[in-house]
Amino acid sequence: MSADLLTRPAGTDRVTTAADVARGRSRRARRRRTVVLVLLVLVVAGFAVSLMFGRTNYSASEVMRVVLGEQVPGASFTVGRLRLPRAVLAVFAGFAFGLAGVTFQTMLRNPLASPDVIGISSGASAAAAVGIIVFGLNGTAVSVLAIVAALGVALLVYLLAFRDGVVGTRLILMGIGVAAMLDSVTAYALSRAAEWDLQEAMRWLTGSLNGTGWNQVTPTVLAVLVLAPVLLWQSRNLSALQLGDDTAAALGVRVERTRIVLIVAAVGLIAFATAAAGPIAFVAFLSGPIAARIVGPGSSLLVPSALVGALLVLVADFVGQYALGTRFPVGVVTGVLGAPYLVYLIIRTHRAGSSL
Amino acid sequence: MTTTPSLTAEELSLGYGDRTVVSDLDLAVAPGAITVIVGANACGKSTLLRAMSRLLAPRTGRVVLDGRLVHKMPAKELARTLGLLPQSPIAPEGITVADLVGRGRHPHQGVFSRWNERDDEAVAEALEATQTAELADRAVDELSGGQRQRVWIAMALAQQTDVLLLDEPTTFLDPSHQIEVLDLLTDLNQARGTTIVMVLHDLNLAARYADRLVAMAGGRIHAQGEPADVLTEENVRAVFGLESRVITDPTSGRPLMLPIGRHRVFEPVAG
Ligand SMILES: Nc1ncnc2c1ncn2[C@@H]1O[C@H](COP(=O)(O)OP(=O)(O)O)[C@@H](O)[C@H]1O
Ligand SMILES: [Mg+2]
Repeated sequence: MSADLLTRPAGTDRVTTAADVARGRSRRARRRRTVVLVLLVLVVAGFAVSLMFGRTNYSASEVMRVVLGEQVPGASFTVGRLRLPRAVLAVFAGFAFGLAGVTFQTMLRNPLASPDVIGISSGASAAAAVGIIVFGLNGTAVSVLAIVAALGVALLVYLLAFRDGVVGTRLILMGIGVAAMLDSVTAYALSRAAEWDLQEAMRWLTGSLNGTGWNQVTPTVLAVLVLAPVLLWQSRNLSALQLGDDTAAALGVRVERTRIVLIVAAVGLIAFATAAAGPIAFVAFLSGPIAARIVGPGSSLLVPSALVGALLVLVADFVGQYALGTRFPVGVVTGVLGAPYLVYLIIRTHRAGSSL
Repeated sequence: MTTTPSLTAEELSLGYGDRTVVSDLDLAVAPGAITVIVGANACGKSTLLRAMSRLLAPRTGRVVLDGRLVHKMPAKELARTLGLLPQSPIAPEGITVADLVGRGRHPHQGVFSRWNERDDEAVAEALEATQTAELADRAVDELSGGQRQRVWIAMALAQQTDVLLLDEPTTFLDPSHQIEVLDLLTDLNQARGTTIVMVLHDLNLAARYADRLVAMAGGRIHAQGEPADVLTEENVRAVFGLESRVITDPTSGRPLMLPIGRHRVFEPVAG
């Protein structure tokens, strides 16, 4: 195949070379790498800050010694037992929400189609609340229950509204309805709680990291370590799916199989993170669009969104604990951020006259 | 250049749910030629193209590419030989032309293999061929309809397949852009020997650009062959329910169909 394949009209001068294409591509790749690096630095910084600062402050070296397993009077308890598991869960749950959210939004080609808007997080949350409060379960059993419920909701919404890859107002409305129903299940479970525990209620309604212990952290960390690579492995197929099912299939993507793998992995992330921290409001919904703004169009948003999610939860939890006078659970802070954006998106799509 | 692969549909029946759309259809696509499919709305043209590129599993019958069953081939392997540009592909918000064209390289890439020079060359060549190189850094959603269609064709070209199916690549384009796209596809066919199968709505453009014309009606092939043999007054009546005069196009020697309605006609048409 030759470059003179097709004759160009006289007067057009520039001939694109592979080098031009390569230059443009590496420019975009560089931007994405820079963004990922900066986000990574910010997450690490946020993590360090949330270990060091609080009611009592500890120096970096004290924190370091605690993390490395030394006994440091005072710091070992506050940092080691309270702040460390909390910060680790913030990072991993945020990562899971950000990654799962952008996977759904990209796959369904709609920023409103994130798992926390269409009821999947509510399913996980209701199951966890019922499991813990009504049946007295804990640990793995809660995670399993949350997974089953989240997959069940995904399947239900899929069957009700999402046939032939058609995603529109119907899916979103259906999901919002299902979410509202499930939230009332959560509320009902909470009303049955033996002693009314506000902390617990906040966790299952908006998401909270209060009282996080290692036994909650471990399943989420493992889920991220297993499921995040699955999604990254599907990243190119996901990019092809963005072009429409037919185009993706014509490019050699097995559309149904890819979609099932993506859904199961993303729902798994949501379920594990929700079983540990509750459905931290709007993190799944917000991370992708924020990442898209920073990275620019065209490149994969999976890793940037995951990092944005981690950062969002870390910062919101810190702000909720120390910056607002009273202590608010993390989900209240992210909810305040997310709700206006949801309204904005709905107004925008409404005005554009599109079917979402 | 590899030998041009053969593509045939044999005893193909297709449908959705319990509705049969195409029944018992046989079609041998002429290798290295331009085949144009015409037919009334909803007669099953897109359905046929989707089945030939395995987007739709046949009820009965088979699609055979070079002696192999299309529906049994590994997805990426098929996508390196046979490409399809669907009727309404979706451009992700804000994506640049170069990025979109690059997506055409998907079947040539493994999960972990990195983008390489051959990919860059294929994209450059596709941009060049479609004269979209100047647009490489522009966002696809800012382009005009004609430009956008050329970009989508560039994506299909970057896929570097020997067979290319296109579903209504000229619909919604103004006349000059329609001609531009069809000339481009003809160039491609002549320079590379790419087998082209496309659905067109405009019968006259179909007759002008087709080596072989296929007229479908009600999920069956009503007529196929040389444009002069297919675009006849009887066939237009049978396929479209339209009275017409067919004359010879003075610029191309191909048949030219002039529709006849109830108004603006000098003399009433017999029959
Ligand atoms: N995904 C689908 N599900 C159900 N019916 C469909 C689907 N796609 C097309 N059809 C129906 O099949 C028939 C043929 O459609 P199509 O192949 O798109 O026609 P054409 O491309 O010739 O206009 C139409 O009646 C259409 O309504
Ligand atoms: Mg069609």
